[in-house]
Amino acid sequence: MVKTYNRMLWRDMWHLRGQLTAAALVVACGVAAFVSMRSTYESLSSAQSDYYSSFRFADVFAQVKRAPENLAARVREIPGVAQVRTRVTMQVILDVPGLPEPATGRLVSIPERPRPMINDLFLRRGRYIEPKRDDEVVASEAFAAANRLKIGDRVAAVINGRWKNLTIVGTGLSPEYIYEVGGGTIFPDNRRFGVLWMGEEALATAYNMDGAFNDLTLTLSVGASQADIIERIDLLLARYGGLGAYDREDQVSHRFISDEISQNRISSATIPLIFLSVAAFLLHIVLSRLVAMRRTEIGLLKAFGYSNATVGIHYLKLAALTVLGGDVIGMSVGLYLGAELTQLYRDYYRFPNLVHHTSPHVLVFTVAVSLSAAAIGALEAVRRAAGLPPAVAMRAEPPASFSAGLLERFRLLRWLPSSVRIMARSLVRRGWKSVLAIFGIACGVGMLVLGGFFYDAIRYLMWMQFDVVQRDDVTIAFNEPRSADIRHELARLPGVLISEPYRAVPARLRFEHRSRRVDLTGLSPRGELRRLIDEKLRPVELPREGIVLTGKLAEVLRAAPGDRLSVEVLEGARPVRDLRIAGVVDEPVGIAAYMDQAALNRLLREQGAFSGARMTVDAKQAARLYARLKGLPAVSAVAIRESMLKSFDEILERSIGVSTLINVLFACVIAAGVIYNSARIALSERGNELASLRVLGFTRREVAIILFGEQAVLTLLAIPVGFALGVATCWLLVARLSTELYRIPLVLTARTFTFAFLVVALAAAASGTLVTRRLNRLDLVAVLKTRE
Amino acid sequence: MHALRGVDLDLYAGELVVLLGASGSGKSTLLNILGGLDVPTSGEVYYLDHKLTGATDDDLTRFRREHVGFVFQFYNLIPSLTALENVSLVTEIAEHPLDPTEALQLVELGERMHHFPAQLSGGEQQRVAIARAVAKRPDVLLCDEPTGSLDYATGKIVLEVLARVNRELGTTTAIITHNAAIAGMADRVIRMSSGRIVEVQANPHKLSPAELAW
Repeated sequence: MVKTYNRMLWRDMWHLRGQLTAAALVVACGVAAFVSMRSTYESLSSAQSDYYSSFRFADVFAQVKRAPENLAARVREIPGVAQVRTRVTMQVILDVPGLPEPATGRLVSIPERPRPMINDLFLRRGRYIEPKRDDEVVASEAFAAANRLKIGDRVAAVINGRWKNLTIVGTGLSPEYIYEVGGGTIFPDNRRFGVLWMGEEALATAYNMDGAFNDLTLTLSVGASQADIIERIDLLLARYGGLGAYDREDQVSHRFISDEISQNRISSATIPLIFLSVAAFLLHIVLSRLVAMRRTEIGLLKAFGYSNATVGIHYLKLAALTVLGGDVIGMSVGLYLGAELTQLYRDYYRFPNLVHHTSPHVLVFTVAVSLSAAAIGALEAVRRAAGLPPAVAMRAEPPASFSAGLLERFRLLRWLPSSVRIMARSLVRRGWKSVLAIFGIACGVGMLVLGGFFYDAIRYLMWMQFDVVQRDDVTIAFNEPRSADIRHELARLPGVLISEPYRAVPARLRFEHRSRRVDLTGLSPRGELRRLIDEKLRPVELPREGIVLTGKLAEVLRAAPGDRLSVEVLEGARPVRDLRIAGVVDEPVGIAAYMDQAALNRLLREQGAFSGARMTVDAKQAARLYARLKGLPAVSAVAIRESMLKSFDEILERSIGVSTLINVLFACVIAAGVIYNSARIALSERGNELASLRVLGFTRREVAIILFGEQAVLTLLAIPVGFALGVATCWLLVARLSTELYRIPLVLTARTFTFAFLVVALAAAASGTLVTRRLNRLDLVAVLKTRE
Repeated sequence: MHALRGVDLDLYAGELVVLLGASGSGKSTLLNILGGLDVPTSGEVYYLDHKLTGATDDDLTRFRREHVGFVFQFYNLIPSLTALENVSLVTEIAEHPLDPTEALQLVELGERMHHFPAQLSGGEQQRVAIARAVAKRPDVLLCDEPTGSLDYATGKIVLEVLARVNRELGTTTAIITHNAAIAGMADRVIRMSSGRIVEVQANPHKLSPAELAW
């Protein structure tokens, strides 16, 4: 008995192959999305925690101007502090062979001989520095790779005013620099920014830091109060020029990678759900239709003595087998995509060993969840098949019941041709099925909107930051505040057209009990190269008095214009003043505060000192300027707009191609799957009706218009819904992704909407073409001889 | 295996013909060929001067649209359209149709014209189907077992409607049935068996459907 009955299962599946394949592919997309993102999440997250624990990633970080080494002992005494490491870190200009522009290097001291320490160094290639050598460094792997530096190659650095050749003896990594970005940027530019680990004696000697440190990192014991410890460290370091201690949350590399990991976790939990819901819906309509078609057979089987359970389980098996097919495809694709995604992450995040792996429970969970979706989808069909009494089942089903509804009450269809009435009534009669179909297609549209949004938003963010806010070609930072005389020296640099020096000091802003460490920048009111803008991109004039905050800073401090802030400068004489908030400006990257240059000089009780300068440069002379900047002892960092944008473009283009492809593929599968299945169901349910129309003298075209008109209406209704869905999701993401590091602006372009529209319209047309073949094969005579 | 063999048949304008035969005798195939739903593997079919054999699908569609009305055993109404709309469906694409309301009055369904098929009885549904078939003033009305799904009394009402249409509109009407009693209302009776016409008999004493009994 079972053999024949199973054969029926395979025949049913073969009969429904198109529709079941569509459902299986939707499942496959969901599973692929889940497996790839979840496995990437697990890989990243375990790589992070392994790396952190085996290389002792610090819990608290602090920079200070210059503190005596014996202060470390007092830090160790603070209850809850486990380990302490003091270092010397310095930012210098590097001359890298093969790189015309100057690069910025961060020199970080390491012990003369390797020993376990906080933020330990993982040596990838080469060797550790030799003790007492002042010209050997271990370079960060990303920097060495980007510049094709080999062991034994040299880079030149201006160390405390002196030109020095440094030999790369090894390449390495540290948990502090998994995401290696220079100050003030959010995208890595590994050619122009790198970390160099150097012997502590050499570095201390060069910077006159013998017996002193300027960087403190520590780990805490379990249960320690981080906030208390940070406060005590700030007290200890204050008189030595402490810049304020902070925890991992404010450590740039940690923050980026943790955000990325949590993003993967959230996406892996939400996106697959959409696909599985749509798959359940598809299985529901396909199986319900199958039960309706198999009514008589179901009656017969029961009359022969097959139990309700056996008959019901048939449909459950059908759903389960379909979903399992989708699982197999989805898992294979998901594992492949996960490996590719992890590979992509390897370019941005430097781990000693980032291996893509999937735990078996992810796969087990996938099967369990997708089978639940199958069960939900099959529920109604199983219930109906099992509940059908044999006598009723063997009678023909009564004609589809239509009755006067809203459309008739309001006489909405009075002037429309019959074909339109047929479409309108059948859409309304299908009610929630039509709604679900619209929702399914809309999900596809929404995905495309979301994909376009990311691309546009990131581009817009870059445009806003580098075209509207920062209008300079080159920004330099001085290693020490310089007097007003520096203007003349800047003017003498080759190729400089305009130069605008600025003053920036680290400061802690307090409002009520909330506080933030930011750069407080003084701007010249007549400055052109750094603009303050409001949320509508209109330039904002810098007030003579008071302080201006960026929107995000005002938000986290919960302060508004007119409020008075306590400003504690963390440099020099460390003055503390109350300042009135004179305005709020909009900036997409970081948090910052601005003041009039003169007002800031007054606050600092100094006469026109400057921390750096912004310049516009004659492109023809740029090479000469770069060469000159490489040797300037006063300069500790250089940022070049064009190089930054170029490296950003490379990153974006590398990732955007694949993600757009996947996005389009997923959206097509979901939209085409829904449209194809609804058209097939409509054709099956209404084959008689359509054949009758053909008999009555309607042409193939006219009949096709009725059938596909319905799908076209569903698609057209779904498109605005999908737009709304997409915009709402973008809006939620904008709110979620609004961090102190950067804010993604809500930018949606006509291009995004047009693209989404076109892709879904094409997917609809393709599904229509597949169904047209069946419509043309409709046997007019046979259809009229059988009763529905 | 041929459903029809050596069939030679003429239908004359205005007559009511009954095709009698057991199931499998080939009468439905013959009707489908006459109506342009099917094409014979050999032989020729003419409607007046138009050759239907060898015509394209589009030509056959146009032939059905312009000249033929169909009535089927299972009514084949469009469930999403009311009685009136089912009729209008055809009048919208016909050249000189009857007014749909008039067509429904002809089958005595004027009062139920705003009902949907699901709200009508079997006999009423079949009368709507007849109204729909005649509303375009077809030259030929082809009825395949029009009373096959109906009870005795309802079947007779439907036959009366067909007779009236034939009488009042002069539509050439062919009814296929396996019910020999229906032959009594025909001008000519054609008996079929195993794909052949075995007998063509003129019926000089036409009965009205009310007089039929089975």
